Amino acid sequence: MKNIRIIARLDIKGPNLVKGIHLEGLRVLGSPEDFAQYYYENGADELIYQDVVASLYERNSLKEMITATAKKIFIPLTVGGGIRTIEDMRQVLRAGADKVCVNTAAIKNPEIIKTASRIFGSSTIVAGVEAIKQSDGRYLAYSDNGREESGLEVKEWVVRLAEMGAGEILLTSVDSEGTGEGFNNELVKNIAGLVSIPVMAHGGAGRKEHVKQVIEHHADAVVIAGMFHYARLREGVEQLAGEQEEGNYEFIRKRIQSKAYAEAVSIIDLKNYLSQQGIACRI
Amino acid sequence: MNKVAIIDFESGNLFSVFHACKLLGLDPVITHDETEVLTADGVILPGVGAFADAMQHLEKSGMTQAITTYIETGKPFLGICLGLQLLLDESEEFGETKGLGLIRGKVRKFQFESNVKIPHVGWSKLQKAGQSWSKTLFSQLHEGDYMYFVHSFYADPFNKEDIIANAEYEGKTFCAAIRKNNIFATQFHPEKSGTCGLKILESFAVEVKNGN
Repeated sequence: MKNIRIIARLDIKGPNLVKGIHLEGLRVLGSPEDFAQYYYENGADELIYQDVVASLYERNSLKEMITATAKKIFIPLTVGGGIRTIEDMRQVLRAGADKVCVNTAAIKNPEIIKTASRIFGSSTIVAGVEAIKQSDGRYLAYSDNGREESGLEVKEWVVRLAEMGAGEILLTSVDSEGTGEGFNNELVKNIAGLVSIPVMAHGGAGRKEHVKQVIEHHADAVVIAGMFHYARLREGVEQLAGEQEEGNYEFIRKRIQSKAYAEAVSIIDLKNYLSQQGIACRI
Repeated sequence: MNKVAIIDFESGNLFSVFHACKLLGLDPVITHDETEVLTADGVILPGVGAFADAMQHLEKSGMTQAITTYIETGKPFLGICLGLQLLLDESEEFGETKGLGLIRGKVRKFQFESNVKIPHVGWSKLQKAGQSWSKTLFSQLHEGDYMYFVHSFYADPFNKEDIIANAEYEGKTFCAAIRKNNIFATQFHPEKSGTCGLKILESFAVEVKNGN
């Protein structure tokens, strides 16, 4: 038996937690540290911080955020976004991250995965793969949050990454990301069977059933943002409702509903559901 | 304040162990200095990466002897992950590599017939084994508590009574923790295993403060 990891992903822009569609069209949801603390207490198996505009801005605020988080949260923290060099990795790890996620840098220079896994250990190196389906049915790997095509075919690229020493693959379906219409089960199934290292499925979770489906398609771990964020926001609004006038509460609730593309499902509710469905996970 | 020497592998992610120690009122120092280790009230041998590289690091910095000498003093010692595996006689990682030889046995690679994912990354439940948990670092734990593992190899101690807990991955039961006199070591990462993991470090802090 294997326990499926349920991982909360926080996309970060400057000091804020943001959420987008297809990795773009970002909106601000709140403070990453607050959400991270909540997810830790709510049963998250791991956290991912993804700096979504990292290549464009300077990084000190991210490092401070990693340190503040790692001092309070004792589950694995993966940090990705804008990590270009071995020195970048060292700094992020020293700040308190447990793993680094590398995409663009690996596409530009695959040897960096080999060097990094030798220096920091394979278990520290997560290879991010952003897949977009082409009209001929092939999946190609992209970089820079799905903006730059690499010309690499995903099914060949993941095998190469594993050979180079990556410890895990974070597989994002850019087509599905932020839609809430379900994971790309076909992609996950094909890729998970090609490599011996764990594959974390990301992109598209909108309902509990979607999570069950992608696990049935051999995801080793599931990465979720929106569903958990909305559950957290809903709870915040309910707390607020006790203190505020009815009308104000209604206003915030409607705003959340109108923005939501995914069901609000907390981590513990999701885990209870999966467990009832016969899927092993840590509760 | 009681000093805890966290032995440095230059691997870069000792942050969590360091901060967990601070949180628990200890005075952690990341070091590969012999005197620091021998004068510490507690020693933690963490470690990620490869067995052979780690042994080389330890030998080069004089840590193999320092660890052995420290353990003879009877003061608390905690090995984490690779820090558990290094205690054994040898590992089959990259052929045969000699370990510290403080626990009789061998480190073996996970072998599965079907295509099971390796490394084992994730949470597994602790099961009781060889010896009682009371008055140990596990005294605050319950059987079935989940811990976070990342490993492709596992320890196979010759004396099964050295095993204090097992865990299971894809049908294979393996050694999750070892205890022998003042040596305690976990295959999982207590510093990454949420509140249950922190209870282990909390018990370690108590031992360090009490000097046993």
